[in-house]
Parts: sequence; C-alpha cells; structure tokens
Amino acid sequence: MRWLRRNIVVFAGLLTLAYLILPNIVVMVFSFNNPAGKFNYSWQEFSTEAWQDPCGVADMCGSLVLSLQIAFFATIGATVLGAMIAFALVRYRFKARGAINSLIFLPMAMPEVVMAASLLTLFLNLGAQLGFWTILIAHTMFCLSFVVVAVKARVLSMDPRLEEAARDLYAGPVQTFLRVTLPIAAPGIAAGAMLAFALSFDDFIITNFNSGSTVTFPMFVWGSAQRGTPVQINVIGTAMFIIAVLIVVVAQLISSRRKHSAQSK
Amino acid sequence: MTATATAAPAAEPGVVHKRSLRRKLVPYWLLLPGILWLVVFFALPLVYQASTSVQTGSLEEGFKVTWHFQTYWDALTEYWPHFVRSVLYAGTATVLCLLLGYPLAYLIAFKAGRWRNLLLVLVIAPFFTSFLIRTLAWKTILSDSGPVVDVLDTVGFLDITNLLGMTDGSRVLATPLAVVTGLTYNFLPFMILPLYTSLERMDSRLHEAAGDLYAKPSTTFRKVTLPLSMPGVVSGTLLTFIPASGDYINAELLGSTDTKMVGNVIQSQFLRVLDYPTAAALSFILMAVVLIVVTIYIRRAGTEDLV
Repeated sequence: MRWLRRNIVVFAGLLTLAYLILPNIVVMVFSFNNPAGKFNYSWQEFSTEAWQDPCGVADMCGSLVLSLQIAFFATIGATVLGAMIAFALVRYRFKARGAINSLIFLPMAMPEVVMAASLLTLFLNLGAQLGFWTILIAHTMFCLSFVVVAVKARVLSMDPRLEEAARDLYAGPVQTFLRVTLPIAAPGIAAGAMLAFALSFDDFIITNFNSGSTVTFPMFVWGSAQRGTPVQINVIGTAMFIIAVLIVVVAQLISSRRKHSAQSK
Repeated sequence: MTATATAAPAAEPGVVHKRSLRRKLVPYWLLLPGILWLVVFFALPLVYQASTSVQTGSLEEGFKVTWHFQTYWDALTEYWPHFVRSVLYAGTATVLCLLLGYPLAYLIAFKAGRWRNLLLVLVIAPFFTSFLIRTLAWKTILSDSGPVVDVLDTVGFLDITNLLGMTDGSRVLATPLAVVTGLTYNFLPFMILPLYTSLERMDSRLHEAAGDLYAKPSTTFRKVTLPLSMPGVVSGTLLTFIPASGDYINAELLGSTDTKMVGNVIQSQFLRVLDYPTAAALSFILMAVVLIVVTIYIRRAGTEDLV
C-alpha cells in the first residue's frame, strides 16, 4: 500500500500517456479493418486490402501531394522570413521593438478561427481567388511566429564572443555570418523549419476558411467524416506515424553516436 | 546585443559615419519582409474584419459600411449560449489537461531516469498522425456500448456526469463529455511540454533540502515544486485555453447540435450562411474575450518570457 502511494505519480503519468497514445493505436488497428458500411468506426474483420491499394480512394492522394507542396513552400517562406526577424531581434538595436514583439506574439495568442475569418474578409474584400496561393500565404503567416521563437532561442544561447573572435581574425560581416553565425544557429533554424512543416501540413482551421474549393489532406479527412471514412485514411495516418518515428530514432542514434565519439576522443 | 555595442570600429570619422549608418539599417532590412508579411496578412485582415462587422447589405447587392453596431448586440443575444459553451468546455478541458498533464510532466522530469527521452518522444509522437484522423478515432473509442463506455457506466462514472449534465443516459458520443474529452486530448501535449520545461529547470536539491527540513512530500510539492513550476502552468493553460476556446472541430466531429461552440457558428456563418457581418462580429467578440484573458495572464508572467 505504501509502495502504491509512493508511486502514485508514476501511475497517474502512465495513465495520461495511455490516454495520449490510445487513438494512435486505434488508427493503426483500424487500418487493417474491412468495414461493413461507408464508415470505418466499428471493427468487422482483418484485411490488408487498404494497405495494398493506399491510393485507391478518389482524390485522396492528390490532396496529400497538395498538402506536402504547400507545407514545403510555406516552410521555406516562413523559415527565411522568421530567421531574419530572429537575428534582428537578438543581435541589433532598433526602434519599435515592443510593437514588433507583439506583432510576432499575437498570431500565437489568438484563436485560429479569428485569424482564419479575418484573413478571409481581406481576401473577399480584395476579390482574391481562393485556392493554392491564399492557403500558402495564410500558412506562411501563421508559421512565421513559431520559427521566430525557435531561432531566437538558439541565437540567444549563442556566445557573442565567437562572432567577435571571427571579426578579430579579419572576417568580414558576410564571412562571419556564413561561417560562424549560421552554422551555430542551424539547429534552431532546423527546429523552426520542422515545426513550420508540421504545423502547415496538419493545419485545418485556417485552410478551411481560405481554400475555396481546393482540398488539402486535412480537408479531405474533414469531408470524409460526412461522406464516409475510407480505410485508406488510417493507412496514411499509420504510415506518417511510422515514417516520423523512424526519423526520430535515426536522429537519436546519430546524435548519441556523435556524443560517444566525442567522449572517446 | 553586446556585440553591436562593442563593434563600432575607431577609424576616420567620415568612414565611420557611412559604415555605421549602413550598420544601423541592417536590422530594418532584416525585419522588413517578415514584418510586412505579418502586417498585410495578420494585422490588416483584423481591420477588414472590424469594418465587415459594421456593414449591412446582402450578397447580391454587396455590403456597405453603415456603422451598424446593432449586429454585435444581435449576435450576442442570439448566440450567447455558444459563447458560454466555448468558455465552459475550453475551461474544463484546460483544468483536465493540467490535472492529467502535471503527473506526466513530473514523471518525465524527475522519475524517468534513462527512459526520459523515450517518454518525451511518446508525448510528441501522437502529432505524427494528422489530428483529424486521431479525433475521428475517438468516435470508435467512445462508441455506444463499446468497452470504454461500458466500463464508465459500470463504475458509476456516467451517473456523475449525468448529474453534471455532461452526458445523457449511457451514451458518451454526441454529448458535452465527448467534446471535452476530444478537446482535452487534442491540447494535452501543449500543456505537458511547458510544464516539463519548467520542472526540468528546477534544481532537484531543493527537494532534498525541503526533505531535510522535515517537510512531508505533499508539503514539499505545495511549497516548493508547484510555485516554481508556475511559469509552466501559466503558459500551458494559455496554450490550451486559447486554441480550445476557438475550436470547432471536436464539437463538430464528436458532439451534436446541442454542443456547438462559438467556433462552429463563426464557421457556418462565414462558409455556409454567408452572413459576413454577423460572423465578423462574433469573431471579434471572441478575440476580445481571449485577449482580455491573455493580457491578465501576461501581466503576471512577463511578455519576453512567452515570446
């Protein structure tokens, strides 16, 4: 009994973890289901049909490709713009710092639906054609702030004396930036870019408002909740999960090996 | 910042002037494109939305600004239950996230040992599958007379939620409980990660010191751990409450017409009914409510920490 009381935090924590993981397991298991009707919500029988034909559903893989394209370009845009802002914020002095800080903070502190709706009023008033470009503009906008935060954290923890040392060794500002500042800031930039990609790829609310009749992958899933959920959705969800886990594991292995070799030197 | 202060080279005055002017302009060139993007596609739209909210007209004849503030009053009198639901559901989900997330964050920070990295990956791993797919999975988990609902019914949990008006009979799907479950689930990692960050920074010798001074574990938690983790609690609750209050996905997929939140109304007014002034007014009220909450919180936590 005392043992139980001492470890109550462990049990509560593991229960929470189970709550977090359970839907992923359900998604995985139901990718092998052979549903009776249009909806894949209750278990019928084991089948690998959906895995053998992942693109067998009309328009689904097209929406997946579109989502990847948008996420790719939005990531590039947001990372470049965001990293520039982050460098300026940490390394330079300038006027209107407070206003700029709040302009970066506010998109993260606002319900997504408000941003989505207000952006739609802008596009409606300008008479813009809703579609690929409006989605790309919107995604770049809301990913930008997250990149700024990620890069800023890294640049802040950087020792400014390294840049001074480079200047003392007669490196010009461009050379200092390319050969000292950028390599050290790279992990922060990479983290910001990955976050931007994930946010854009999985975004629903802003896309829902500003996509017109263009269908991204989350939009496809949303629509299928009304029309009928094909098993292939679960296949894609499971495949995404496995790929991402593999990336994490490989990255962990590489970094732990580096640590090892650094220690043995 | 210190680098720029010490970097001014002492050369001939004319050269220095020209170079320092160019140096002074560097931050503005760095800021310009990104800030311009945010001004045009984030700040300007808010102005357009404000103007839309005081327009009248119809889709066929077009909308004109007539300073018709009545729209706000009409929207509030018609949709106040949705606002109440939004605040209630998002608030409940935030409290549940805190209660569920704190033990896990504590476990990872202090008790996990060599399992720490694995547990952190497991917290983030759900994100790897699209959240809409995972939300749909709750339809399976909470299905009528499925194993989860059966257990909740047998242990009497549903009797309690029935009393609270969160469920009706022995159903969970299409009730407020289902919506709150979905909201809690979707935003839980946003609570756990800041909590973990603030707990991990804590010096574990503080716990030993409290123990040495004859504090019971519960006292140590109340007087040392909890106060020191407050920054994590504050940013975690913000990161949960803000998106949850504007969410309409969980209410749509897991709820019924009686569980619609204000996000659902904004979405349908904008995209289906096409009553833009009402939708813009509702969105503006939601923004105001959230901004007030956030401002109060930030006053207590300090801006630069959160950005």
